[in-house]
Amino acid sequence: MADTAFTNATQILEPFKGVKKVTIEEYFTSGHRTCQGCESALVMKLMVKAAGPRTIVLGSTGCMYVANTTYYTTPWVVPWMHTQLGSSGSAALGTAAGLKALMKKGKMKSEPINVIAFCGDGGGADMGLGAISATLTHKEYNSLILLYDNESYANTDIQLSGSTPYGANTTFSPPGSVKRIIHTRWKKNTAGMLAAGHTECRYVATVDASYAVEMMNKVRKALTIGGPTFIHSLDPCPKGWDYDPMLSHELGELAVETGVFPLYEVEDGVVRHYGKTKAIVEGRPRKPVREYLLKQGRFAHFTEEDLEYFQAKVDEMWDKWEIPGVIPFWKERPGK
Amino acid sequence: MAVETKPAGAVADHKEMLISGSEACAEALTLADLDVVTAYPIRPYDTVMQAIAKKIANGHLEAEYIVAEGEHSQFEIVKHASTVGARVFCGSSGVGWMYAMECLTVTPPLRVPMVCMVGNRALDDPGAFGVEHNDALVVRDLGWMLIWVDTAQEMLDTTLLAYRIAEDRRVFLPCAISADGAFLTHSQSICQVPSRSLVDKFLPRYDRGDLQLHPDNPITVAPQANEDWVIEIRRQNDEAMKRATTVIDEAYADFRKVMGRGPENPWFEEYMTDDAEIILIGMGTISLPMKVGIRNMRAQGKKVGLIRPRWFRPFPTERMVKALSKASAIGVIDRDYSFGSPFNSGVVANEIRAALYNADQRPPLLSFICGLGGREVTLEDVAKATDMCFAAAKAGKSDPKTHWLGVRE
Repeated sequence: MADTAFTNATQILEPFKGVKKVTIEEYFTSGHRTCQGCESALVMKLMVKAAGPRTIVLGSTGCMYVANTTYYTTPWVVPWMHTQLGSSGSAALGTAAGLKALMKKGKMKSEPINVIAFCGDGGGADMGLGAISATLTHKEYNSLILLYDNESYANTDIQLSGSTPYGANTTFSPPGSVKRIIHTRWKKNTAGMLAAGHTECRYVATVDASYAVEMMNKVRKALTIGGPTFIHSLDPCPKGWDYDPMLSHELGELAVETGVFPLYEVEDGVVRHYGKTKAIVEGRPRKPVREYLLKQGRFAHFTEEDLEYFQAKVDEMWDKWEIPGVIPFWKERPGK
Repeated sequence: MAVETKPAGAVADHKEMLISGSEACAEALTLADLDVVTAYPIRPYDTVMQAIAKKIANGHLEAEYIVAEGEHSQFEIVKHASTVGARVFCGSSGVGWMYAMECLTVTPPLRVPMVCMVGNRALDDPGAFGVEHNDALVVRDLGWMLIWVDTAQEMLDTTLLAYRIAEDRRVFLPCAISADGAFLTHSQSICQVPSRSLVDKFLPRYDRGDLQLHPDNPITVAPQANEDWVIEIRRQNDEAMKRATTVIDEAYADFRKVMGRGPENPWFEEYMTDDAEIILIGMGTISLPMKVGIRNMRAQGKKVGLIRPRWFRPFPTERMVKALSKASAIGVIDRDYSFGSPFNSGVVANEIRAALYNADQRPPLLSFICGLGGREVTLEDVAKATDMCFAAAKAGKSDPKTHWLGVRE
């Protein structure tokens, strides 16, 4: 029986004030078999470190399911459950609704329990987008959906997703002797789309584990603000991006410094750019995208023309977008 | 709309209500103190979700009522709610059920005791609202318990029974209750609705036990098992389904004890079979024209009876064989199809054939397909099938052809 009244409150998770203040306990530990240099495994570790022990994690199909949880081993110290590829939104919603119903009706002790559902870019930006969208409208259920974006279906042999960058070499878009660029679609602006389209979702953010403390603090904010929230993490992937595993951290930084992946949050409708992204918005020059692209084997077939096209598309994000790096759309220019 | 009638004919601790099959289900869900329910519109099952919404709006039921953005999410949401310990309800019809198919496949191995209503509907295209049983039947191999009901009363009782059986720790499998679209979902009849205190005596609270997903019980659920363990996990499902047979018998016995009513035989209804030479078989509301047809034929001196299977999974093999072995011939009328199957028969006919294979007494069996897309099953259809059964009984052998009744050739 409940000994406290149900209030729908969230946990109190203060931001870490610097790396030395980060708690030492780990809730994602040994027991997985992710690749050397896997940034997504780091994201899992930091995500649940920020969330703490009173957390339930749901994981949709993808690398972070298959490589993390082989029967009879598990890296998860907190309760964890698999959900279907397109079901991160539904898993978060169902778990939160189940807990809420039981606590409200006095069938379970009332306490704030973090509910986090993660998905890859295939599960999030492609198949699961509809369910995530639905969940972000259910403001009475507290949950976080974290998209770990390694820019391909990396668990099934590196196939392109709606979140794969233009022109990348994947097993579904191999450059050939006649056609150089098979993947001609531009990467979805997933976080911007979800922030713009769900006006009662109180928190949407982008993160990059190269900036670990900022990343954990965004997770904490997402878990404490109330209602459904969304975080998009860009995760360099040595296997899918074809680079030396030692470069994961550096590529994460370059993605931000070149303006390819902006770091920001949208809190109650207010946009805040973070770190190097903030500097870019304030006028600091971006590094050329070639510095980022040419470190990765998946772009090795790029010609000057391809690099210029990519650069021009990224330039648009900063020079023309209504809110740089976040929301596109052009205001009609006078006289045109 | 539900109309409460005078309690004149009511059983003790019951009230009488004039309600549809869907409304009867909602009455049972209210009595079962449902925790989480997910809705998505498709005819004809959605009438149950409309009835539940009214129950919540009027304060008769406290439950989280979530309108999903599709059946896939609809079933996933309640699946996850169940893993933290909530009593859940879901449902669909026709292609909606198919849209949820991925989620339907994972629910039994996760041992989630979800209860669903399938308002049986033809699988469009071509567009059709009417009843066919192929929707619910697609999960027959996957670990779902499947039951077909015939009346609003049976729907109400079965809903309570389904939770009792599914949530039994020896079972922990999902259960789908099939109700023929329109004929049952939308048709009203007088129902005996038990009191909350009776239901509380019969239906214990759902206890997820050591499988509950909660920070106090930090387990990892549904990891990658692969060839190392999958076959053992499948075997556990198989054992659970076998145990369900015992649990179903126990639950019905207890239901009769607590409620003072309910069938002696949970597995199938027998109608005028005691002295029957011909036994007809049909699931769901097809029993109505079959029973009327049988009464007419009885008036002509023809000894015909009906077996109406309730539980299709688990299938009551031995009991069915025993009940059928006394017949001179059997006629199975399927409201479904299984293209390219043995003898091109419907699903039920081939299940009955398989059940009889090892029997000492194997009466001739005829297979019929009738009433697809919700077409009326007429008394002429029933009489025609029966006459063919009498001919097979006289010849002493089965007619291997599957006969489509009431179809324009």
